[in-house]
Amino acid sequence: MKTCLVVDDSSIVRKIARRILEGLNFQVIEAEDGVDALVVCKKAMPEAVLLDWNMPVMDGYHFLSHLRRMPGGDEPKVVFCTTENGIDHIERAMDGGANEYIMKPFDKDIIAAKFQEVGLIELPEESPV
Amino acid sequence: MTPPDYEYLRKLLKDHSGLDLSADKQYLIESRLLPLSRKCGLAGIGELVQKMKSGTPAIVAQVVEAMTTNETFFFRDKVPFDHFRDAIMPEMLKARAARKSIRIWCAAGSTGQEPYSLAMCLKEMSAALAGWRVEIIATDLSQEVLEKSKSGIYSQFEVQRGLPIQLLVKYFKQNGELWQINADIRAMVQHRQLNLLHDFSQLGAFDVVFCRNVLIYFDQDTKINIFGRLARTMEADGFLVLGAAETVVGLTDVFKPFPDKRGLYRPSGARATIAPAAMAMPKIAAMGR
Repeated sequence: MKTCLVVDDSSIVRKIARRILEGLNFQVIEAEDGVDALVVCKKAMPEAVLLDWNMPVMDGYHFLSHLRRMPGGDEPKVVFCTTENGIDHIERAMDGGANEYIMKPFDKDIIAAKFQEVGLIELPEESPV
Repeated sequence: MTPPDYEYLRKLLKDHSGLDLSADKQYLIESRLLPLSRKCGLAGIGELVQKMKSGTPAIVAQVVEAMTTNETFFFRDKVPFDHFRDAIMPEMLKARAARKSIRIWCAAGSTGQEPYSLAMCLKEMSAALAGWRVEIIATDLSQEVLEKSKSGIYSQFEVQRGLPIQLLVKYFKQNGELWQINADIRAMVQHRQLNLLHDFSQLGAFDVVFCRNVLIYFDQDTKINIFGRLARTMEADGFLVLGAAETVVGLTDVFKPFPDKRGLYRPSGARATIAPAAMAMPKIAAMGR
């Protein structure tokens, strides 16, 4: 089972994301800011990170640049998941090493589509119509 | 779902939308209407039918909408677009090297996600296509749907389903919560209103036809008839792309499956037999009016 680290300062968002990701067969670890998330990654690199941008202590963008410089830190697929929906933010995130980008609000279909996009989950069996 | 409930829904859909479900489309009704019945707080399709029979027009409208709206997203099912890039286009680049032109038809273009996905694929391979003329014709039954397609404007939800973020950044302009696909991509797609039941030979000959998730709505004779007319409007070495749940196998021999590429077909060279077309013609006339 693949592991996904959910980094968001909102416990509600973490809970929703957990439910969706567990439905997609991920083992979920939660962190409420970038520093917290780095501690998790130092212990064991997750396969995936679902990452908020604006958080206290350390934001998602800074977490990402720290992560990518850690040994093995280029391994996890990082998918931003944020209310920052401006094209400038998206470009900055992608230049900073993110693999995909979700603009909140999100739902299960969006998470599944984006996770497929970066190869974290297989394409679903094509359903009729 | 009980047989009487199925019959009731079949008749209602035919009366309200012309949608003609054959006797074996229970799964289609269930996949569309179970989510709707849950949304309405009902236990299942039985309760939904009860509610409709008790004369709730709002529910009837929602049922028709759920059954006829073909939800679509960019790069839907992904695989057909991989085939387009890795199998169809390389072969077309060779086969059409002399005349340097390719004509593509999206026969159920809907709100534009499919033709624009193809346009983006082509843009991504523009180096190989320098000096080529590539036409994409998107047709749909609904004028309203075509207008949306022409505008190229999509919600934040729509651009996040199937569209890689790199392509969003590259080919769309943001306007608040809405995203519009760039004018140069829009200009690659021509739109026409068209009912597949009617003659479409005036569109000319095509090298590639995407006809996905629309034939499923037609009865068997109509399908056979459409396949026959599709084959006639396609180049002998062209490609037909069908939806994941669709096939020509067992229906017609005018197309043959392309080896190892699911959903991909080529004209077989066989002529459509007259009988099925003739059988289907009266129905076409009846449904077209």
